[in-house]
Amino acid sequence: MTVPWMTAAMLLPIVGAVVLAVLPERAGSGGTLVKQAALGFSLLTLVLVAGVALGFDIGGERYQFVEEHEWIAAFGAHYALGVDGIGLTLVLLTAILTPVVILASWNDGDGGRWSINSFFAWMLALEGLAIGVFAAMDVFLFYVLFEATLVPIYFLIGGFGGPRRAYAAVKFLIFSLLGGLLMLASVVGLYVVSADSADGPTYLLTELAPITAGIDTGLGRWLFLGFFVAFAIKAPMFPVHTWLPTVAAEATPGTSVLLVSILDKIGTFGMIRFCLGLFPEASRWATPVVLVLAVVSVLYGALVAIGQKSIPRLIAYTSVSHFGFIVMGIFVFNSYGQAGSTLYMFNHGLSTAALFLVTGFLIRRRGSQMISDFGGVEKVAPVLAGVFLVAGLSSLSLPGLSPFVSEFLVLVGAFAYNWWYAVFAVLGIVLAALYILLMIQRTMTGPTPPSIAGMRDLSLREVGALAPVLLLIVVLGLFPGPLLAIIDPAVAATLEQVGVSDPEPDVPAVPAAATSDAEEESQ
Amino acid sequence: MIAPLAEPAAEFTTPSIEYSLLAPLLIIFGVALLGVLVEAFAPRQLRYVSQTSLAVVGVLTALVMTVVVALDLTPRGDSAGFGQIVAEGAIAVDGPTLFLWGTILVMGLISVLLFAERQLEGGITAFAGQAAALPGTQAEREASTQGLEHTEVFPLMMFALAGMMLFPASNDLLTMFVALEILSLPLYLLCGLARRRRLLSQEAALKYFMLGAFSSGFFLYGVALVYGFAGSMRLADISEAVAGTVGTDWLLLAGIGMLAVGMLFKIGAAPFHAWTPDVYQGAPTAVTAFMAACTKIAAFGALLRLFYVGFGGARWDWTPMIWVIAILTMLVGCVLAIAQSDIKRMLAYSSIAHAGFLLTGFVGVHQVSDSGGVLAGITSLQAVLFYLVTYGFMTIGAFAVVTVVRDAGGEATALSRWAGLGKESPLVAGVFAFFLLGMAGIPLTSGFTGKWVVFTAAVSGGAWPLVVVAVLLSAVAAFFYVRVIVLMYFSDPVGEGPTVVMPSLLTTVVIAVGLAATAALGIVPGPVLDLAATAGQFIR
Repeated sequence: MTVPWMTAAMLLPIVGAVVLAVLPERAGSGGTLVKQAALGFSLLTLVLVAGVALGFDIGGERYQFVEEHEWIAAFGAHYALGVDGIGLTLVLLTAILTPVVILASWNDGDGGRWSINSFFAWMLALEGLAIGVFAAMDVFLFYVLFEATLVPIYFLIGGFGGPRRAYAAVKFLIFSLLGGLLMLASVVGLYVVSADSADGPTYLLTELAPITAGIDTGLGRWLFLGFFVAFAIKAPMFPVHTWLPTVAAEATPGTSVLLVSILDKIGTFGMIRFCLGLFPEASRWATPVVLVLAVVSVLYGALVAIGQKSIPRLIAYTSVSHFGFIVMGIFVFNSYGQAGSTLYMFNHGLSTAALFLVTGFLIRRRGSQMISDFGGVEKVAPVLAGVFLVAGLSSLSLPGLSPFVSEFLVLVGAFAYNWWYAVFAVLGIVLAALYILLMIQRTMTGPTPPSIAGMRDLSLREVGALAPVLLLIVVLGLFPGPLLAIIDPAVAATLEQVGVSDPEPDVPAVPAAATSDAEEESQ
Repeated sequence: MIAPLAEPAAEFTTPSIEYSLLAPLLIIFGVALLGVLVEAFAPRQLRYVSQTSLAVVGVLTALVMTVVVALDLTPRGDSAGFGQIVAEGAIAVDGPTLFLWGTILVMGLISVLLFAERQLEGGITAFAGQAAALPGTQAEREASTQGLEHTEVFPLMMFALAGMMLFPASNDLLTMFVALEILSLPLYLLCGLARRRRLLSQEAALKYFMLGAFSSGFFLYGVALVYGFAGSMRLADISEAVAGTVGTDWLLLAGIGMLAVGMLFKIGAAPFHAWTPDVYQGAPTAVTAFMAACTKIAAFGALLRLFYVGFGGARWDWTPMIWVIAILTMLVGCVLAIAQSDIKRMLAYSSIAHAGFLLTGFVGVHQVSDSGGVLAGITSLQAVLFYLVTYGFMTIGAFAVVTVVRDAGGEATALSRWAGLGKESPLVAGVFAFFLLGMAGIPLTSGFTGKWVVFTAAVSGGAWPLVVVAVLLSAVAAFFYVRVIVLMYFSDPVGEGPTVVMPSLLTTVVIAVGLAATAALGIVPGPVLDLAATAGQFIR
């Protein structure tokens, strides 16, 4: 009997959430027991996931740590978990970021509408469900967990955010539910398609892929659209991105990190796993439109970010821009693009986490999220300013920091597909420099107004929360090899399933006369 | 002088009634009649206890007999159906009938518990003390000081339950009409028997009665037209006549139309839905819960039997009409609910929307062919039966929670009075939020699995545009469900806020059962789904 690692990784945080719900709030000198328990559960999950990652055999099967049980026979639904390179990367991201977020949000739950128990419990529940989503190998299970992740985020935004948090929570929920319900139509359609096959209805990815590869083109394109729109809303892509800035402005920074760095990756992960994996022909058919939308996301997100007055909204728009790159990398259908896109998901998760958390520290100290209320922070809080600078530089993909590697790979992939898209996307890099550096200049440099003069520098806890993230960003910027080694086989398998191969390199033909002259000369 | 008869009259053969197969139905009828006798002869102090225990014991016995009959059902020829046509062809005791009987009896049982709740009104039931006393008069005040109670509600409910059991089991149109009247008339009365806001309650009863009588008239006219077409009332004969028709027969179409009007009124489908919000709001909440769940279950069972068995051959004629009605119903239910300011009206519109989703599953007509064969995939009948179970538990549970939120004037049904409930009683707010998420169709609740099953049946039957519309309107519906959750958790209380009165064990059990069923059917729907599948098809 193999140990069910993935079920354990999914259930451990959820068990933690239940435990937190029953702990008394005031335990251990003003609630520290609750916070320590939350941190403990998330660190345990990290250890578990790290064990899974170390046990992952790079040259082995595509999907490892597979568990499969029949769940609802009449639907063809199975309880099936398993990870390949891409899924493992995102599960790792989730496991790494959750303790960071819990540590950074240590005091954010205090004085809220509800108890801190529910604050940390919802975070742990979200971690468990997110791990389940990335590890799901059955479409029905994926859908159930996909929708289930909406509930913790909704309550985290609505219960613990800023003044307009109820509006932001509802806007997020309605957008996501709309996407989810469109995906439901496609999920129902998949049942009907597989019910006609020899073995009866099934939702297992491995069994479904050969079935959907052979369906009628028109039907395949409709089903693809249902999935794609849902993932585009999740990612978010232009033009269904408007919920993200609203939420980023109102939610606590920890919630924003969980949402943008982890949950939004479900959208792009779903594009690879389901849109490309189940509907390769429809994906190729949709590519021109998708790539145009991706490039528009890149440029629109960047341009609007430059004009933002509120720091969290600015970061939200930069995410829209970054997700444009990620989607572009997926839909250019070559190994550089896909590998770059997966790596981009991991790196973007880290860099946006750093950005949001530092912004959170800034906002907590100043009491305002407007750029105009800051200035000259580097004189009074140099560590804070330095960390903010590094986070910002990673967001604009400075070489030497990890996002550069992934962005480079995505752009190479885009050039290999069609250099027009790449040209416009490269403009995004210039705009990224603008939005980050302008923001840093306005908030960190310049004269220090009196309201900033007394600002405390980062505490040990805050440094401790950010240090692992920044360390990873720097180390992976110089040594991305280990992570790419996990990702590459999965990307190769996905592309093989889709039925495309990398374009041949363009080697100019050497003229025959020149070679014979060279041979004579050397003799 | 009267001439003697030329020849002796034919021998009178006594009709054969298969009492053993009809036992559940007869038990409920018996309980109802016994209840009337108890009302007549029992002293006032003993009436409540004897009526409630009689009702509970009766429903439980009927439930046990349903299981016994179901285990003994024999397959019927080579078709995928089990059971027998009994009572000289008037009643069909087959798999779907027994599934519906079981469902209706379980919902009826928990409704009896709601009817019997006395703690919320301080020791008396939520029904009027003396219904004949005009509101606002001295007689009413005296009745209330004396603490009078109308315990006739229990036999009335049993009669309604019996009618609800007979309605989907009817094998001919006259029995169906009789069952329709048996189930409706006690409900008209029950709607008018609220203790608080009596004028509203009596208005609801009158509206229900007027519109119900009108639609029963349509139904009867439809029966007459179809008899004129087919020459028989029996569904099997009608289906043969339909199969033998070539081209359009306007008599048949008019008959189908009239029958549909009668049926759709009972279901609460647009454009025959106008009674639903007013009646659900005015009736005592326990009666609303009973009506919303059991009437819909019975009516859908009858609708399916009538249209699949009787008019199955004419499906190309009536499916376009049902498409339009399904879309209209979902539209009305989802869109108009957004504008509501009273929680019972909002739940009424939500149940209209659910009727629309059920119609979507019904119209796919995806089932085994008439000649038998292997059931492949999820059939429309199975889908509708499963959805009815999930819908029933969620609805009764939600209305049970509504009875618990009160203020000085009785139940606080205005939505604004629910603001801040999350702070006042997180448990009640959490339970209600779970029911709302279930009705919205969030996964891990039975509402999601029900919707999934119904949409699959619809797509399998070729009604995928309906599923697209349903899915989009579900997103709209999610808005008003979420709005209530926002109100409960994220808004500050208005005034002193709502109070949650602790109910007795009866209502608590009902809410717990609803909650457990919603969660269980959302996570492991397999057993009930397979039960609906083994019920097989309608027999003819």
